Amino acid sequence: MRQFLVHDTRDNVGVAVVDIEPGQAVAGAALDNGQILHVTASQAIPLGHKIALKDLKLGGTVIKYGEDIGKVVANIRTGEHVHVHNLKTKRW
Amino acid sequence: MMEKIPKIRGYRRQNGRVGIRNHVVVLSVDDISNAACEGVARVIQGVLPLPHAYGRLQFGEDLELFFRTMIGTGSNPNVAAAVVIGIEPGWTGRIVEGIASTGKPVAGFSIERSGDLKIIHEASRKALEYVQGASELAREECSLDEVYVSVKCGESDTTTGLASCPTVGHVVDYLVEIGGTASFGETTELTGAEHIVKKRAATPEVGEAFMKMWTDYNDFINRHKTDDLSESQPTKGNIRGGLTTIEEKAMGNIQKIGKSSRYVGVLKPALAPSGKGLWFMDTSSAAAEAVTLWAASGAVLHLFPTGQGNVIGNPIEPVIKISGNPLTCSTMSEHIDLDVSSILTGEMTLEQAGGELLNLMVRTCNGRLTAAEALGHREFVMTKLYRSA
Repeated sequence: MRQFLVHDTRDNVGVAVVDIEPGQAVAGAALDNGQILHVTASQAIPLGHKIALKDLKLGGTVIKYGEDIGKVVANIRTGEHVHVHNLKTKRW
Repeated sequence: MMEKIPKIRGYRRQNGRVGIRNHVVVLSVDDISNAACEGVARVIQGVLPLPHAYGRLQFGEDLELFFRTMIGTGSNPNVAAAVVIGIEPGWTGRIVEGIASTGKPVAGFSIERSGDLKIIHEASRKALEYVQGASELAREECSLDEVYVSVKCGESDTTTGLASCPTVGHVVDYLVEIGGTASFGETTELTGAEHIVKKRAATPEVGEAFMKMWTDYNDFINRHKTDDLSESQPTKGNIRGGLTTIEEKAMGNIQKIGKSSRYVGVLKPALAPSGKGLWFMDTSSAAAEAVTLWAASGAVLHLFPTGQGNVIGNPIEPVIKISGNPLTCSTMSEHIDLDVSSILTGEMTLEQAGGELLNLMVRTCNGRLTAAEALGHREFVMTKLYRSA
């Protein structure tokens, strides 16, 4: 049973494919090489939302699909919910 | 996927193009002729009225796009015949002539010096003739590579990038491989992945042409925006579904163009591709506007991945909805034609999902109604480039 997916092994976030509860130990699969990753969620991650796979520092970059998808605007710890409160576009 | 090119049963039109629907449309040239068009549709059963908000005092490139959209809509291979009603004979005649060049039956009527009632009477007689003629046309054997397919997603979320968009991408690669024609667009929504899209062009010149269209659109947004666009792109629905930034949305979006296919050219909005293969069209990312442009370019079938559940349809080209979001597939099942959510759980591969979609496309080409058709979704929304004179 996998609770999240990772597009690319270079990614620092995964995507929840079920609703994840705070404190839940979850497993995820990388789509490029099938590698299984483990992390403990510290917050609720609704289906489709992102979970941090690493600690991410303010000013850093979130990587998904192996690509830059925006800047970290508040420190993020492994297992936390990554969304509009801590990630912003670098465009527009 | 499938070894032989699948056969479908379609309508081969006078110019050789293949349609999968057999509409008789009543096209309104302008906003003030909508009442007469709808009047005809009340008198004659089985016609499709296309009222809209524009067609008066447009000028320049915006007017050219208007004519391209009107003529292209009437010329679409899913249309058997067209009745055109406008306030005056000049622009009405220009649209009639454009449609007539395809060899399709078409007649124009103008309201000035007659009034609505007389025009509804005359146009209804012509519509009656067209509807009876169309009802006798028989489907004949055609090939899937003759079906021009457009692709665009809407109310995306992270499941579209994981499941429904790559499923469509799988089919797009296949269509290109068998010598078919397909088109993608959504210029603004490629922001953050434009460098990747540029590299997917068949030649460096085509890649540069794409970059020019993307840059022009991006400059336009930067000139007119009042904030960072985070209220519009991603949409509130995208955000609810877990998408955070336009870059992330773009990366999901481009999964629709598959892995191996290269686009052979770029098209202005509503312009028909001049050959086979994958084409980029410069469109808005708003679903109804974009699909209306593709239908005007001659596309006869649309593949629409959705995450949160965009309910759009189009009067001219059937829209097949594909979703990988299990919540959407269960709460909005009447809108979803193909559920690919088991890709998320690993119970379905992309190849299997692509095969199922291809099978559904063939059935839809043969006449099966899509969810949006059965639910009466007929969003006909013209793109307007700027205000009228």
